[in-house]
Amino acid sequence: MNDRQTGSGVSPAASIETLRLRARVIAQIRAFFQRQGVLEVETPVCSRAATTDPAIESLVTRYTGPGAPGGLPLYLHSSPEFPMKRLLAAGAGPIYQICKVFRDGEAGRLHNPEFTLLEWYRPGFDHHRLMDEVERLVGGLMPEPAVARRLSYRALFQQRLQIDPHPATAEQLRNCALQQGVPGVDRLDLPQRDAWLDLLMTHCIEPAMGPGLCFVYDYPASQAALARVRPGSPPLAERFELYLDGIELANGFHELTDAAEQQRRFERDLQARTAAGQPVVPMDRRFIDALARGLPDCAGVALGIDRLIMRLAGADHIEQVIAFPLSRA
Amino acid sequence: MATYSTSEFKGGLKIMLDGDPCSIIENEFVKPGKGQAFNRVKIRNLKTGRVIERTFKSGDSVEAADVMEMDLQYLYSDGEFWHFMHPDTFEQVSADAAAVGDSVKWLKDQDMCTVTLWNGTPIIIEVPNFVNLTITETDPGLKGDTSGGGGKPATLETGAVVRVPLFVQTGELIKVDTRSGEYVSRAKEE
Repeated sequence: MNDRQTGSGVSPAASIETLRLRARVIAQIRAFFQRQGVLEVETPVCSRAATTDPAIESLVTRYTGPGAPGGLPLYLHSSPEFPMKRLLAAGAGPIYQICKVFRDGEAGRLHNPEFTLLEWYRPGFDHHRLMDEVERLVGGLMPEPAVARRLSYRALFQQRLQIDPHPATAEQLRNCALQQGVPGVDRLDLPQRDAWLDLLMTHCIEPAMGPGLCFVYDYPASQAALARVRPGSPPLAERFELYLDGIELANGFHELTDAAEQQRRFERDLQARTAAGQPVVPMDRRFIDALARGLPDCAGVALGIDRLIMRLAGADHIEQVIAFPLSRA
Repeated sequence: MATYSTSEFKGGLKIMLDGDPCSIIENEFVKPGKGQAFNRVKIRNLKTGRVIERTFKSGDSVEAADVMEMDLQYLYSDGEFWHFMHPDTFEQVSADAAAVGDSVKWLKDQDMCTVTLWNGTPIIIEVPNFVNLTITETDPGLKGDTSGGGGKPATLETGAVVRVPLFVQTGELIKVDTRSGEYVSRAKEE
């Protein structure tokens, strides 16, 4: 055997012990949902439509054969959200799914382009009630009792940076980043206000969040994604994120059920994609039609299993909890 | 002008930053699930040696630095410049005092050095981890002392001063660790 054959990348990146932990945690999650009467479902990994979110790029593949002799581009899902909501609209009741999802361009300490997501939906819940359930599930998986802190997006920014994120202009947010000493801010050219908020969140707030579970809720309406927006001054997105030791673990919504508003958001996303020179992808019209037929009032959340395992295994790189990450795939 | 995008960033990549050649030490991809991606990078300025941090928007490009490392033989110094030669091509380059830096203490004619060139000009001279140098001056040690405990200062042919055991004498060749500046052992003539 030569060097190349004996070289790195043959054996798994995660230890067998970590893979056992992974299997145990996934079994515990399934048991949790079975007790709660939540139905496990499967939806397509490959879809004709893609997420329009400009912050997420889909991987794309192609099917050729019966049904599509000329070839059919298929997008690998970045989350199973759209078809799961079609199931909700069809009367499935509470549902969950554990599946691999895919995102182009994302690899690093906390990212692998394919990763495992737990996503679930609760008809009749709002985002606060769903946070309660997320806390019961994640808290129950922690080796030590964990009580989650809950802070609004505004309170978090005010506490840590003494700035109200909602009225602040891009210039004020930039000055805040300068004061905080984020390196290279003076040369950073960011496309919009939300990107400055993201910079402050990732560079100043997350690292200072400290250990434990922390829910952040009520996001700027401009970051609503698929959450409903509560009218008010300012209007706020009924969206939450769960952080574990300052690492983003889950993202949830009190779901938008308005088909027309959903279509407007997709169109706005696609305009933003065009303006930024990003690929313009087909929006999921079947999903919009399902909303038009009636999505029950519900809340849903997606949780990154790999990052959860990282915490439980004491790993500091996502590769340590995946048998064959990108570098060995 | 060659450029690198942030997705090409990795340890060892040479880029231009604020007009200076730099080497990436560490690159971290930072991205909220539904937001802007960044690359948080730790960078060494190759001219000053200083380590700085910098945040880039993912997808941005930076100018590549024309930096390469070569093993060259040290020839001599004319007082202002230190001259090095490629042993195969006999091509010569000259480095100024800023590039030579602390390595000047260990530079001996004929020794091979790792020279970092930026646009063809030396900016860093690295001497081997171990060099053999002759002692030009040291106090005579006590007869019979072989333990080396305590030691004494010795001036070497390059002008460097190191602590040596008492039994080592003027005119002897010794092996020195250039990273710590410490005496290792007596050395044999090659």
